[in-house]
Amino acid sequence: MRHGRAAKAGTSFVQCQQCKKTLFAAEFETNLRVCGHCGHHHRLTYDQRIRYTFDEGSFIELDQELRSADPLQFPEYLDKHAQSVAKTGLQDSVISGTAMIEGIKVATAIADFHFMGGSMGSVAGEKFTRTLERAANSSVPAVIFCASGGARMQEGLLSLMQMAKTTAAVAKCQEKRVPYIAVFTDPTMAGVLASFASVADVIIAEPKALVGFAGARVSKQAQVGKAADDFQTAEFAARSGMIDRIVERRDLRTTLTNLVQMLGAHLRQGASVG
Amino acid sequence: MAKSWKEWEKPVLELDEYIAKLKGIAAQETNPDKHARLAARLEEFEKRRDNFINIRYSRLGPWEEVLLARAEPRPYTLDYITQVFTDFTELDGDRRHGQDHAIVAGPANFEGRPVMIVGHQKGRDIKQRAFRNFAMSKPEGYRKAIRMFDMAERFRMPVVTFVDTPAADPGVESESRGISEAIAASMLKMFELTVPIVSVVIGEGGSGGAIGIACGNRLLMQEHAIYSVIPPEGCAAILWRDADKGPQAAAALKLTAQSAMELELVDEILEEPFGGAHRNPIEAATTVRDAIERNLMDLDRMSPEELKDHRYKRFRSLGKLETV
Repeated sequence: MRHGRAAKAGTSFVQCQQCKKTLFAAEFETNLRVCGHCGHHHRLTYDQRIRYTFDEGSFIELDQELRSADPLQFPEYLDKHAQSVAKTGLQDSVISGTAMIEGIKVATAIADFHFMGGSMGSVAGEKFTRTLERAANSSVPAVIFCASGGARMQEGLLSLMQMAKTTAAVAKCQEKRVPYIAVFTDPTMAGVLASFASVADVIIAEPKALVGFAGARVSKQAQVGKAADDFQTAEFAARSGMIDRIVERRDLRTTLTNLVQMLGAHLRQGASVG
Repeated sequence: MAKSWKEWEKPVLELDEYIAKLKGIAAQETNPDKHARLAARLEEFEKRRDNFINIRYSRLGPWEEVLLARAEPRPYTLDYITQVFTDFTELDGDRRHGQDHAIVAGPANFEGRPVMIVGHQKGRDIKQRAFRNFAMSKPEGYRKAIRMFDMAERFRMPVVTFVDTPAADPGVESESRGISEAIAASMLKMFELTVPIVSVVIGEGGSGGAIGIACGNRLLMQEHAIYSVIPPEGCAAILWRDADKGPQAAAALKLTAQSAMELELVDEILEEPFGGAHRNPIEAATTVRDAIERNLMDLDRMSPEELKDHRYKRFRSLGKLETV
């Protein structure tokens, strides 16, 4: 499997994208799509992420009615967008809603890199914002999974404005003392990193996830000296003090449970959480 | 297509130069007949130049707007600070790591009241450009901005920000000191303020680096300023693997002040003097001053909580999408 996607019926082997070793498809699934040999965390689709993270069947999708427009009439945007819809079954790069994690309700948004590189345009920005507002207004923690190359250039300045809009919503969470946890998955870049993602209360990253502001090529060109080998990875960001923890996928659910449980405990005392 | 402002403006600059030369000669000419002939010639050439400017500026395309926004003689933040404010007292340092000369900041008086200023600063010659890091701010610049926003809130001062940057600094050092976090934290801080904020895009509004200090109650754009999610050359490199297709990308990105107005993202376009702000910086500054005054007076009518709420709602409503 070139892209480490779900094995088709009858296929029992997949190949690790990183070390190229052959893996049993069933074992690969049990390992949450982490290579048993090299530990490479393969990118997930939104439904895999939901399955691996939340209590079974607890995710309720909201904001389904939102659809992308083509306000700039940008060359080939509609075609590319339609291709992504066909490829992923999503309407845009983010799916949002509520879910339970070990019985604790959270507001959540999950970005899917397979949809136009997880780029943030008006729809993604609106969904992230609604997720944060939902958390603030109903006093439940927010958990957001990032996977994005950055702002969606096909929506131009409107995409840039989503950076401000989503960040403003983080301020609402802080006001309402609602914990907001961001999970940086591969990749978390540019306009997403430089907005709501980086001002979360807690930032968790998956191992080796690409995490950076500018494309690595641009950054290295801009610098005289040599960049570290792990430049713009989760490990580099952690060493720089920019994230809280790197957590392996098999431990992610436990870590998130602990965090929402402890940081959100004050919200559940006497609060109505349905 | 011209690649730089200098190349594009060359015919006008040549006429300017010739006119200046004629003026010099005329000033020294004592013979009244010859002087009259020179004066007539001077007038003719000034007319010719102005006609030429008129024609060119009446059909500016997006790419020409990019070149104009980047024009070296265009007034920069410190030029506006000098013209529009008094007693500007520059403050520096993020109290964490270092200085950043790509962003200038500090209190100043505006029409008899203290305000806090934060703005990107470009350099005009090679030395100044290096000193200002081409107005590409590092994390320290945004963290300095946050300090200023904090003080503005504590001391009840309105905030005026000037936006003029190609982008935030993309280097390895900036990355390791958290350029993304610095930009995000600066925006977050702006959304917490209960004093008025007016942001003015005076040149290049370059993506994250720009919006990091542009979350105001009002967003004003000069006529020949641009505001874009990505530099057109970068967009062209990604889309068509050809950075030379900047002009096509500039058109696609809708990055002009006029487009931003049509997308309902800016509140006002500030008209520039004939031939652009650089041809008459004093007049340009007067327009900017009037606009800041008008908008601050407007915002003065709101209570602190209303100001914060207004800013939230302003950005909350941005985005174009459909519902089914």
